[in-house]
Amino acid sequence: MLPTLLSQVANGLVLGSLIGLIALGYTMVYGIIQLINFAHGEIFMVGAYGGLAALTYLLPAAIANQWYLALPIALVAGAVIAALVAVAAERFAYRPLRDAPRLAPLITALGVSVALQEAVRVFYPDATAALPFPSIFIEGTLEIPVPGGTVPIKYAGILLALVSLALAAGLQVFVDRSRTGRAMRATAQDRDIARLMGIDPDRVIVLTFLIGGALAGVGGVLYGGYLNNINIDMGFQNGIFAFTAAVLGGIGSIRGAVVGGLAIGLVKSLGGQYLPGGTAYDYVWIFVVLIVVLVFRPQGFFGETERVRA
Amino acid sequence: MAFLEVRDLTVAYGAIQGVRGVTFAVEQGQIVSLIGSNGAGKTTTLRTLSGLLRPVSGEVWLDGTPLHRLPAHEILAHGVAHSPEGRRLFARMTVEENLRLGAYTRRDEAGVVADLDRIYDLFPVLGQRRRAKAGLFSGGEQQMLAIGRALMSRPRLLMLDEPSMGLSPIMTQKIFDTVRDLRAEGTTVLLVEQNALAALALSDRAYVIDLGRTTLSGTGAELLADPRVQAAYLGEGVTS
Repeated sequence: MLPTLLSQVANGLVLGSLIGLIALGYTMVYGIIQLINFAHGEIFMVGAYGGLAALTYLLPAAIANQWYLALPIALVAGAVIAALVAVAAERFAYRPLRDAPRLAPLITALGVSVALQEAVRVFYPDATAALPFPSIFIEGTLEIPVPGGTVPIKYAGILLALVSLALAAGLQVFVDRSRTGRAMRATAQDRDIARLMGIDPDRVIVLTFLIGGALAGVGGVLYGGYLNNINIDMGFQNGIFAFTAAVLGGIGSIRGAVVGGLAIGLVKSLGGQYLPGGTAYDYVWIFVVLIVVLVFRPQGFFGETERVRA
Repeated sequence: MAFLEVRDLTVAYGAIQGVRGVTFAVEQGQIVSLIGSNGAGKTTTLRTLSGLLRPVSGEVWLDGTPLHRLPAHEILAHGVAHSPEGRRLFARMTVEENLRLGAYTRRDEAGVVADLDRIYDLFPVLGQRRRAKAGLFSGGEQQMLAIGRALMSRPRLLMLDEPSMGLSPIMTQKIFDTVRDLRAEGTTVLLVEQNALAALALSDRAYVIDLGRTTLSGTGAELLADPRVQAAYLGEGVTS
């Protein structure tokens, strides 16, 4: 009993921190330009393939087998490729529609999402099926003894959770304390007035996509190492969870994205274990929770209520 | 050429042409007012000078540099600060964060800190509550913060749009005293006001904008004495 419960809690926290990491990209972009970037899940997927490509084609086997070399290289490759794709999407797909009715960029984001999936399917070798992702990380499983058995947690899962939470915390500090972070918040609150302060909104917007993309890329590589395989649909599934996490936590809020992600991870793993229907219904419980929370708190956990400016 | 020269400015604002031929000049170290009734085009003029709106035609020159083609964030870098109508503070940020955003383009940290202290001296109520969110302050205090935020860029030209809007007479007087002090320190001020009486009393020079055009100009005293101005803008109830 207890080992099963704790194992599911651990699984939920690992998955939840990944979802929170991806959710940061949704919440930041929405905060700045009020766009739900539906292609963000695919940015995460592209990051995973970018990391895999670096490990498969870039590195000599001698290096690729040394995790302490291969891991940082794969993470940087995934982050860079995901960030570049995110910035390109902003520059060529969203920016021309900046002043268009909101529905236009939203539909465009769906189009970018499909285009990225198909681009990977067509151009990445053998990407039509799931690809094995090398175990570049510390292999093996931590077995925590508890009354009645043990709780197994993959080291790669611990790494995924710790890195995700550390990056989210770092982002929060950056946005709260740095001059550039202040410019991002100013642009989010009132873009015209930010311009009057000497802030170039285009640069802030590019930076937002760049940071969100890089975080998702890191997440993609760590996720590949955790599950040991990746596929083209991984972005869609996790993107939906992450978007839901961002809304649940209060869109625009960094800590909301993380808390929302953890909540969804826990609901998915515990709901799949204990609620009727099992894992086949775990999606259902996520959206039940979302609906219930939004009925009582429409702005999410940490969201700002719409306020009339004084 | 004057310090600020605005020549035949035309701005189309949506379907309506808001400004259609605004011409005026501001000399360095002066307070110059634009007065006129609601919707005359005063705010649109300021928004065009600071780059938030693009002129259809016309020119804006500051100290020999053309500004009318530049985006807003570059116009600030040329020394034009704009305290907009309705204050438009970053309400969810603290007093100090608002002021620091005013100094966003500056890299001289020591100078920025000195100027923060200067603003806090000028407006002690801001200094006492520098960690409080801007949205929690009264209208007059918010106006002080909006002016302080604009001053933080060390502007050569400070543009104030309706600084007295919604303020008590005492607070209005305090704001206008501050504007006078700024002129004494050498800041050039372009003021847009509906409170024409108070604005003219303060101004070295003023222009009347009517239906998107500059129609009259003169020193503050001249316009105060002008019967056309008295009839149109200084009648009873206008300065409500």
